[in-house]
Amino acid sequence: MNPPEAPLTLFRPPFRNYQFGGAYDEMFAAPGTPRPHYQALFQNLLELPPEELRKSQQAADLSFLHQGITFTVYGNDEGTERVFPNDLLPRIIPHDEWRKIENGLTQRIAALNLFLEDIYHNGRILADGIVPRELVYSCRHFRREMRGLTVPRGIYVSICGTDLVRLPDGSFAVLEDNLRVPSGVSYMLANRKVLKKVFPTLFRDYGVCPVDHYAQALLATLRALAPANTSTRHEPKVVLLTPGVFNSAYFEHTFLAQQMGVELVEGRDLLVHDNIVYMRTTAGLRRVDVIYRRVDDDFLDPLCFRRDSSLGVPGLFNAYRAGNVVLANAIGTGVADDKALYAYVPKIIRYYLGEEPILANVETYLLNEPSQRSYVLEHLDELVVKAVGESGGYGMLIGPHSTEEEREEFRRRIEAEPRNYIAQPTLSLSRAPCFLEGEVQARHVDLRPYILYGENVTLVPGGLTRVALRRGSLVVNSSQGGGSKDTWVLRAAVNGHD
Amino acid sequence: MLSRVADSLYWMSRYLERAEHTARLIDVDLQLRLDQSPEAGAGRWRRLLLALQAPVPEDGKIDGNSLSQILTLDRTNPSSILSCVAAARENLRQVREQCSTEMWEQLNRLYLQVTSTAASEAWLLNSHVFFRAVQEGAHLFQGVTDSTMSHGEGWQYIQLGRFVERTDALARLIGAHFGSLVHPLDLAAESEEYLEWVGLLKSCSAFEAYCKAYTAELRPLRVAEFLLLNPEFPHSVRFSVDMVHAALTAIGEMTERKAEQPVRLAGRLRATLSFSQIDEVMASGASGYVDSVRWQCAQAHTAIQQVYFDYAVEPALA
Repeated sequence: MNPPEAPLTLFRPPFRNYQFGGAYDEMFAAPGTPRPHYQALFQNLLELPPEELRKSQQAADLSFLHQGITFTVYGNDEGTERVFPNDLLPRIIPHDEWRKIENGLTQRIAALNLFLEDIYHNGRILADGIVPRELVYSCRHFRREMRGLTVPRGIYVSICGTDLVRLPDGSFAVLEDNLRVPSGVSYMLANRKVLKKVFPTLFRDYGVCPVDHYAQALLATLRALAPANTSTRHEPKVVLLTPGVFNSAYFEHTFLAQQMGVELVEGRDLLVHDNIVYMRTTAGLRRVDVIYRRVDDDFLDPLCFRRDSSLGVPGLFNAYRAGNVVLANAIGTGVADDKALYAYVPKIIRYYLGEEPILANVETYLLNEPSQRSYVLEHLDELVVKAVGESGGYGMLIGPHSTEEEREEFRRRIEAEPRNYIAQPTLSLSRAPCFLEGEVQARHVDLRPYILYGENVTLVPGGLTRVALRRGSLVVNSSQGGGSKDTWVLRAAVNGHD
Repeated sequence: MLSRVADSLYWMSRYLERAEHTARLIDVDLQLRLDQSPEAGAGRWRRLLLALQAPVPEDGKIDGNSLSQILTLDRTNPSSILSCVAAARENLRQVREQCSTEMWEQLNRLYLQVTSTAASEAWLLNSHVFFRAVQEGAHLFQGVTDSTMSHGEGWQYIQLGRFVERTDALARLIGAHFGSLVHPLDLAAESEEYLEWVGLLKSCSAFEAYCKAYTAELRPLRVAEFLLLNPEFPHSVRFSVDMVHAALTAIGEMTERKAEQPVRLAGRLRATLSFSQIDEVMASGASGYVDSVRWQCAQAHTAIQQVYFDYAVEPALA
């Protein structure tokens, strides 16, 4: 199915080693023919001396290092800081494609919130047999403690970063809904800041939608969730709860707190008295109303969840139950981004909204169904197997790139605990041009837009395009050698196309 | 302001001040050594170690190069310049959202510079450049802080940390000098002795300022007066205590805790320094005097911890 080898001789230096075929290419409609919305960038790259680009790349890298835009790699000398690699070439998304993404994600977050409210209250969808009861109750992230608890506006997931991939036919599909504590939005903002410096003219001529108002939108979302009794006392006091400086996303926590102008707190800064949450300030104790928590459910409250957690706040869950404080996202949202439950999301959308899903799902095999399981076990070398509760690219088998031992290992694990795994076909993620080793090369990318749900659903036009920087690699996670690039959503159609 | 944040800003500032102080002391010492015979310089290592509160090697053998290495780039020595800059950065990293981007970038740059020096073998050959860079990096950070951060509560904790550290470090340095040098107090110092007093003044960046006030004739009594009691010079003990008091007063007002322990302790120390007479101080012994300053300063530090950073919850709820 691969198209014939491209006529590489046609290309001038920066594109000499550009790789075509086997996947959707973001830049080229056919080898040598750029898509209309990439035409200007293509022209620019042909004209710019590579030396210029290399200098810009160095300046960008240095600026990331000096700003300390780093993340922490686990399991490697306890917390080594690394710069998150940034690629200089923007990923461009035409206006109409973005509209479709926006509509699709808005639909999805609405349905998933209705689903969460349902399963933590009456469980209609379970009684109607649309989603199997045991799938929900056996999920590690289902929280019995949340049964019957009403959350403000009925919103469980107010901050979400969905992973999208582009399939070979050019359509976008949802790969994962990250409904717990999605990260990466600060890199979206940092990348934009750098690219505006590197390509000012190109940026202006393209008419790119701004993303800088994300922090403001996030603050508005959090305020919209404030407990009903706040307004009579004062403005709602919003804080961001971080696990602390050793967390891999710590940079992002400080960045967002600073951009929103709210306090960045750790568990030890908070205390609960009489079901009211206070923070310890130099002027005494101050009441807290809304907590944007970047701490996992398990670690939030040692009295209620993991007892060995020193990151949490004892008594926080009771204060939450009493309605004196709001957590965003709510506790127990992980059940809706369980990878096995993911397969049911199209049904969930139809059930609650009576609409067809706008964005497709990736085909998923559920391993607790015997027929699907035996198919998967026979085709382990072609499929991707994922642990349902893991994220960040951990606990994953990529069939075509795996060894016999790894497959045996996963076979054993699947047979021991089939509910814990799902399988998907090995996707050929789309490829986008990246500036590597002094020239333009194609690398696989995905897209993570950020969705906010408060008074209404807001998507900042853009997102984090993650790049698998290793040649041929399909894993884009930062912990596994991935990088990122700026994502330009265009304000209007280009040259009458689209 | 969160107590933890205030605590981090305070310590960040103390560590950076400590790094700068150490860099200045070693730099001045190495410069001075160039003008002296090796014998004359031998006693000074001991004084330097005393002033920096670093342990003197048990066998009494002091090797200049390895000592510089320990005081400067040794990661296992918690008061080496490298450790102090790293600790300052780590504290600031924990409260990054509280400081301006410029401040963070400046401190991060200083840290990267110091760590890259630590990785190279050849730095000792050109150590002056390195010590200058640390001092300039710290000064730059201070300037950036003053011009990019709101002079609110957080800034006051930075001031507080800097001047608490400076008060203690100056008192220790002065004590180390006056404890070990025997010289008529009110006569002009000569040759070898003269160099030692120049060294002390330069260790406080005070040589030029002293000359403006008293001319280049160095008399130990005047040096002591200048470094202890001058109200205008930023590296004098009195000036530093004035700044501690000012910061605590401002914090007291911002947090509506005006009359509490830290302000009163700093106020008492400030009054002592304002009304001291240098001849009386020297008559009763300089080292006793600076010890009392250090003790009062340590008390103020403890009170700051107890009132602002680490208070008991039950009374606070009442």
